[in-house]
Amino acid sequence: MVFFSYLISGIGLGSVYAIIALGYTMVYGIAKMLNFAHGDVIMVGAYVAFFMLSRFGLPVIPSVLITILATTLLGVTIERLAYKPLRNASKLSVLITAIGVSYFLQNGAQLLWTSSPKIFTSIVGNGSLSLFGGSLTVDYATLLTILVCIIVMVALTLFINHTSTGRAMRACSEDQGAAQLMGIDVNKTISITFAIGSGLAALASVLLCSKYPSISPTLGSMPGIKAFTAAVFGGIGSIPGAFIGGLILGIIENLSKAYISTQLSDAIVFAVLIIILLIKPTGLLGKPMSEKV
Amino acid sequence: MSNMEKPVLKVDNLGIDFGGLTAVNNFSMEVYPNEIVGLIGPNGAGKTTVFNMLTKVYQQSRGTIILNGQDTDKLDTVATSKLGFARTFQNIRLFSNLSVLDNVKLGMHNSTNYSLIDGILRLPKYYSEEKKADEKAMDLLKIMSLDEYADIAAGSLPYGAQRRLEIARALATDPKILLLDEPAAGMNPQETEELMAMIRFVRDHFHIAVLLIEHDMRLVMGICERIYVLNYGMLLAKGTPDDIQNNTEVIKAYLGD
Repeated sequence: MVFFSYLISGIGLGSVYAIIALGYTMVYGIAKMLNFAHGDVIMVGAYVAFFMLSRFGLPVIPSVLITILATTLLGVTIERLAYKPLRNASKLSVLITAIGVSYFLQNGAQLLWTSSPKIFTSIVGNGSLSLFGGSLTVDYATLLTILVCIIVMVALTLFINHTSTGRAMRACSEDQGAAQLMGIDVNKTISITFAIGSGLAALASVLLCSKYPSISPTLGSMPGIKAFTAAVFGGIGSIPGAFIGGLILGIIENLSKAYISTQLSDAIVFAVLIIILLIKPTGLLGKPMSEKV
Repeated sequence: MSNMEKPVLKVDNLGIDFGGLTAVNNFSMEVYPNEIVGLIGPNGAGKTTVFNMLTKVYQQSRGTIILNGQDTDKLDTVATSKLGFARTFQNIRLFSNLSVLDNVKLGMHNSTNYSLIDGILRLPKYYSEEKKADEKAMDLLKIMSLDEYADIAAGSLPYGAQRRLEIARALATDPKILLLDEPAAGMNPQETEELMAMIRFVRDHFHIAVLLIEHDMRLVMGICERIYVLNYGMLLAKGTPDDIQNNTEVIKAYLGD
């Protein structure tokens, strides 16, 4: 039973990684860039949610909606100001810019909100669900996280596969030039991708902070790197890959914390990533690379 | 050919330089409604470059392109698609991981009118617009005899079917003029014969003009009503298939002195 409780909280943690990983994987799939500022968008989301809930005392649902709106705007603005001018620049320039944006957000947050941590109040309280006569307890935050992750995955898959915008996104990820010639506005499609990824970051920040309530300007970096790892693990560019990668990563991390070593858990996570990439360089669900001749 | 009508496409003194190299120069042409026009020339003559200028993949250095009475000078690729250019590619560029049906529906991206919100929340508008798109796409697939493949990935179609799907996808954008870049490349004589019939059918059925680049002279001479010949980026000759076949300049360009 103890094993199951570790497993479930691992799935909970993995669900947050999965939601964050979606932001990385969708942007990579369509704009072919790694948005390393994504983790910091989550941090900003956490502060916005904190102010809405704790300072302004708004109810949960409006607070979450405002947070989604704020990160979506932030994501689209970052894309417009920092990445769009570099559309035809080398990949390295875009990557460096993303890292720059990441530092900009972290330092901006430090300036605005100081580096002393603030305490986030969980949106579902600190209660937990007792199962099997109390031998298995699952806290509400974990339950909510898993539930939200499933809803997000199903909704996003339906959106990508069955709407005209989703089709345009898939087309852009394959051949932007041909997509433009079919009348698809590639810039707009990339903006929508950033909007969706950043909107999901808001959900991730609220869920993450409900479980780990201390928020600071560097809050986004570790989950950001883990989620990026999850995306690579599952096959970057693949949406189901982000889901599976996130879950596996969360489970491995939690189980190794429980049974091997708390200090070594991150090392174990990254070691598993290295092994997977050695065996399958494109990740679990990544498309095999092939050079056109 | 009816010179009384207004041309659907009018190109005047078109030219483009790449660095110091002039790839196309002083090229002028007209295409009239419902006409099938050929653009031929030896390899490297600048035929695909002309297509790329028409669709604004390249911005021309000189000259004007007028489609349907509108100057395309300030337009980008997406806008020229909306205005009425649709094209296929010398090397097939389908969205190969998408289904055959989705490839055609992508061509209808700008005529599928529902908002992001309609799509996310599955409002009635989403269903009615998607249904309309499905029906129109299936009609196009039937015309191209691709309907049995609707749900499979475009990349796994046989070669000839991929070429037909590219045409179907281009037609889905509701073009005024269809640009075909070597549609018969890699086809056997039987397939080429079918392709010729299909191009004529498409012209008659959709009432559009067709401008095609092709090396297969049987196809060019068989279906084109007028032909432009490019050589070293310049217009070498224009006229009916008979004129072109008997033009000594053209024969020299193709066969050498």
